[in-house]
Amino acid sequence: MQSRGSNRWHGLRSPILLCVCCSTTAFADRASRLSPTNIFAPASTPAKSIFGLSLFVLAVTGAIFLVVFTLLLYSVVKFRKRKNDDGREPPQVYGSNQVELAWTVIPVLIVVALFMATARVIASVQTARPENAIEVIAIGHQFWWEYRYPGLGVVTANELHVPVSDPNNPTPALITLLSADTDHSFWVPRLAGKTDLIPNHPNSMWIDPHEIGVYLGQCAQYCGTQHAKMLLRVYVQSREDFDRWAQQQTLPSKVGGRASAGQHIFETTACINCHTVSGTAANGRFGPDLTHLMSRDTIAAGVATNTPEHVRQWIQNPDAIKPGSLMPAMQLSDQELDALTAYLETLH
Amino acid sequence: MSATLNATALTLPAQELAWKPPSRGRVGMYALIAAESAIFTIFVVAYLFYIGKSLSGPMPREVLSPPIFYTICLLSSSLTIHFATKTLRGGRVRSFGAWLLLTIALGAIFLYGTASEWHRLIYQDGLTISTNLFGTTYFSLVGLHGFHVIVGLVGLCIVMAFTLSGLVKQEYAERVEVLSMYWHFVDAVWIVVFTVVYVIGR
Amino acid sequence: MSTESITWPSATAGSRSFVDTLHEWVTTVDHKRLGLLYIAYALVFLLIGGIEAIVIRIQLIRPHNDFVSPQVFNRMFTMHGTTMIFFVVMPVLFGFANYLIPLMIGARDMAFPRLNAFSFWMTAFGGLLLYFSLVGANGLYGAGNAPDVGWFAYAPLTSQTFSLGHSTDFWTLALLVSGVGSVGTAINIIATILCMRCPGMTLAKMPLFAWLNLVMAGLVILAVSPLTAAQIMLLVDRYLGGHFFDTQAGGSAVIWMHFFWIFGHPEVYVLVLPAFAFASEIIPVFSRKPIFGYPVMVGATVAIGFISMSVWAHHMFTVGMGAAANTFFVISTMAIAVPTGIKIFNWLATMWGGKLEFKTPMLFCVAFLFQFLIAGLTGVMLSAAPFDWQLGNSYFVVAHFHYVIVGGILFTLFGAFYYWFPKMSGKMYSETLGQLHFWIFFIGFHLTFDFMHIPGLLGMPRRIYTYEPGRGWDMWNLIVTIGVFFQAAGILVFLVNLLWSYYRGKPAGSDPWDAWTLEWSTPSPPPAYNFALIPTVESRRPLWDLKHPDDPDWKYE
Repeated sequence: MQSRGSNRWHGLRSPILLCVCCSTTAFADRASRLSPTNIFAPASTPAKSIFGLSLFVLAVTGAIFLVVFTLLLYSVVKFRKRKNDDGREPPQVYGSNQVELAWTVIPVLIVVALFMATARVIASVQTARPENAIEVIAIGHQFWWEYRYPGLGVVTANELHVPVSDPNNPTPALITLLSADTDHSFWVPRLAGKTDLIPNHPNSMWIDPHEIGVYLGQCAQYCGTQHAKMLLRVYVQSREDFDRWAQQQTLPSKVGGRASAGQHIFETTACINCHTVSGTAANGRFGPDLTHLMSRDTIAAGVATNTPEHVRQWIQNPDAIKPGSLMPAMQLSDQELDALTAYLETLH
Repeated sequence: MSATLNATALTLPAQELAWKPPSRGRVGMYALIAAESAIFTIFVVAYLFYIGKSLSGPMPREVLSPPIFYTICLLSSSLTIHFATKTLRGGRVRSFGAWLLLTIALGAIFLYGTASEWHRLIYQDGLTISTNLFGTTYFSLVGLHGFHVIVGLVGLCIVMAFTLSGLVKQEYAERVEVLSMYWHFVDAVWIVVFTVVYVIGR
Repeated sequence: MSTESITWPSATAGSRSFVDTLHEWVTTVDHKRLGLLYIAYALVFLLIGGIEAIVIRIQLIRPHNDFVSPQVFNRMFTMHGTTMIFFVVMPVLFGFANYLIPLMIGARDMAFPRLNAFSFWMTAFGGLLLYFSLVGANGLYGAGNAPDVGWFAYAPLTSQTFSLGHSTDFWTLALLVSGVGSVGTAINIIATILCMRCPGMTLAKMPLFAWLNLVMAGLVILAVSPLTAAQIMLLVDRYLGGHFFDTQAGGSAVIWMHFFWIFGHPEVYVLVLPAFAFASEIIPVFSRKPIFGYPVMVGATVAIGFISMSVWAHHMFTVGMGAAANTFFVISTMAIAVPTGIKIFNWLATMWGGKLEFKTPMLFCVAFLFQFLIAGLTGVMLSAAPFDWQLGNSYFVVAHFHYVIVGGILFTLFGAFYYWFPKMSGKMYSETLGQLHFWIFFIGFHLTFDFMHIPGLLGMPRRIYTYEPGRGWDMWNLIVTIGVFFQAAGILVFLVNLLWSYYRGKPAGSDPWDAWTLEWSTPSPPPAYNFALIPTVESRRPLWDLKHPDDPDWKYE
């Protein structure tokens, strides 16, 4: 607890110490334990560039604050009217051209310095053309994320997988951002700044995570009722694990002989209007692709863990988990729900 | 220390101060024109931005033909209203009434021209405000301008009514001039709209 | 001959019926009465907007709270923002401007008294229209009551597809109507200041209050109009099948953002310039010195006015405008920090070497200096676009703009209330209650808005009705919510002070602060005609000249 407290102070008050630490991932590691979405715990180059700039900006603005605040405090103390005041007005000073010049020129110089540092980072992040990149297309929906890997033939939802990137030999992920309905924003603070998903206005961003792990985030542009529950999970894996995952995702669902009762229900109720299970008749694009539903840790865009109880509850009454989501309550009987859940549990 | 001050103590004695602040009506009208210009600017920007971006439907080149005659009418009405205010300043109220009537007539002819163009576009060419981006931006921009012409005409007609009932006098010339500033603004906007819609946009 | 000897029928204490009094107030065109109507209106909506804030903060006090449903929460933040900006801060600032400008420039009323009344009633009606949505917006779909699209109502969320029912239309129409009122008031302010100054008061001798409101009015004219245009376009889309923001037909969602922020950014300067005006009048009087660097203050104000029209897309750094556009808006935004900083230094220099008296108005203005400094610096952080890619649309931004609006504008507004209350009511307020109000509110403000920066830094986006545990946000949200109750208590003390002092306060006289601008030469409250004889002035501080005939300002200016 003590070290977390001191981390908090160092994170916000001691730029010199940070400059020393910032080149080590140890700091980012400690900062990330304060919060998994801490912007001061960068784990990917865009986030690191921003972090470096932020330290400079914080140092400059911190210095300005200290100077001006000291002057304010001093004047409040030194110039207060004393109890034994003689009642005469103080010297009436109207202005001073030299002073005005000084406190115009100095801020202009500060602005120039800040601007140049900022312009450099804008260029390095926005105009970079990452080579050797995995291409992903992220499509924002109300209230879930669709991911397509055009080069690998993978279509999935809500959990983005990318390979870890070695700084000496980067293998970034280039993400094209589209939207199927309203505006959204992709924000995983430890990996990059946020970029919006706007219909009819494709954007792109890139990440090159340096460490294996799961990175959290969520939609950062108000998109409707369940904006708060459009969570992001980015799984950064070793190259082998990623390749294995991608390979697995391209397989159609295991269609074993006779369709189970659950599959029958799935295909005869309205499910197939919205969802796709490749290898079956289900071909809908409005909702998430369910072909490999069981390969995900969560459902409903990160809102609930992927357990049979939660899956069943989601189909029976989505409003209990995510009120206002666009998944309708399917009005199925208990046996139908059981059978359907059992079927979905087979979609690995 | 602060005694009750009375107003006389504040007036300094002597000196005639040469003090002629501008007329309130003019300043107010300039401010209104500035606000309206800002509204029109946004509609013009939208029009320019969406040129060539319609996904379907009739294109400007196919259906628009520059309304030269009606434009001449509207711009001439600026001239006639200028003469109107000049004669009113000179004290010739009946002459003022004649010029004013001519201005109203020219404005009304312009509106008729807009209306007939719209009729042709909607019923013959199948272009409405909901057809495509061109339709939306065209009818909005030209419609906004037409609305301002109507408002101006209403003002002019009211002045006409006052003239006919003998209420307009030479000393009201300043007020009529303020109204005429609005009318000049409407014409100036048409020059911009015409250029954007019938020249650049085609 | 003194002004007191000239009386006006309505000033006599006679017994008139309630209906007569009501009629007088409803049909008034007197700038002072309209000013008071604006202020009273704003105070009512301050309470309503405050309750909305309390609901928001209770819902966010802990993760996965269910104090309100997501639908209600989304309406709360939409209504809170819209109410506070359009029906609290703008009206109260227009109210003070209306009341004080003619008095400060030696005029009897505003340039267009009937336009003044019309503008007030349009603004008032706009607010009622917005709240009527709670009753009338159910439409055919029964979908929603109050608008829930956020105060900036991004497309295409506002299209018929995603905003069923009429709630969005009530938002649009309410702002259209009150926008007409705002532009009317702005025209009035400009015409009054340019055309009705008393003899001797050149523009260079006008109080800074008048200068700042003049530039503010210019910004209203140039900025509210784009919002009006965009809202007309939205209505065309929603009702006439237009495609301005219809992305399915090739339309652009981004162009709504441009149009909105071309309004939205100058709008925040519309809100803050009058706050600067209050500070520029109060700080000199309680430092017993003239404002330091008057010409530079005027120049900085005009510069802020111009530059503010060129920074709007710093609200859109994450939208994907491209590196060149982002870079331009970085430099324009950083540029505006320079004249703003100059103003802070000038206020400091005014205090420097003076004799500071910390009556309630001055307490609020000193706190304003401290808080506005911080708000400006967090603004500089946000202006560094890549930093904004992390901080934008997060609670850091929410903390920043509340620091400006509450910590900057509301604090100077409280200062203004206390400073001019004696003039408007003829009574002195209770200094004890004033100081109590200040300290309670100051503590609450800092509890809420200092700590609100931290969840933003830790990844918490805005406009979320709940949040996940385990992200490190829980404790900060708790502290933020606690602060809100202190602020509510402070405001209650304030209202008690206003009411109590109005009925029981000591008579204030015409010049309780020993101040120097013309409004302090009239009785308190001023008669309907303001001045029996229009004064003539020779310097920026006419009353200083009168009180110090051996050492008048015009010898040194």
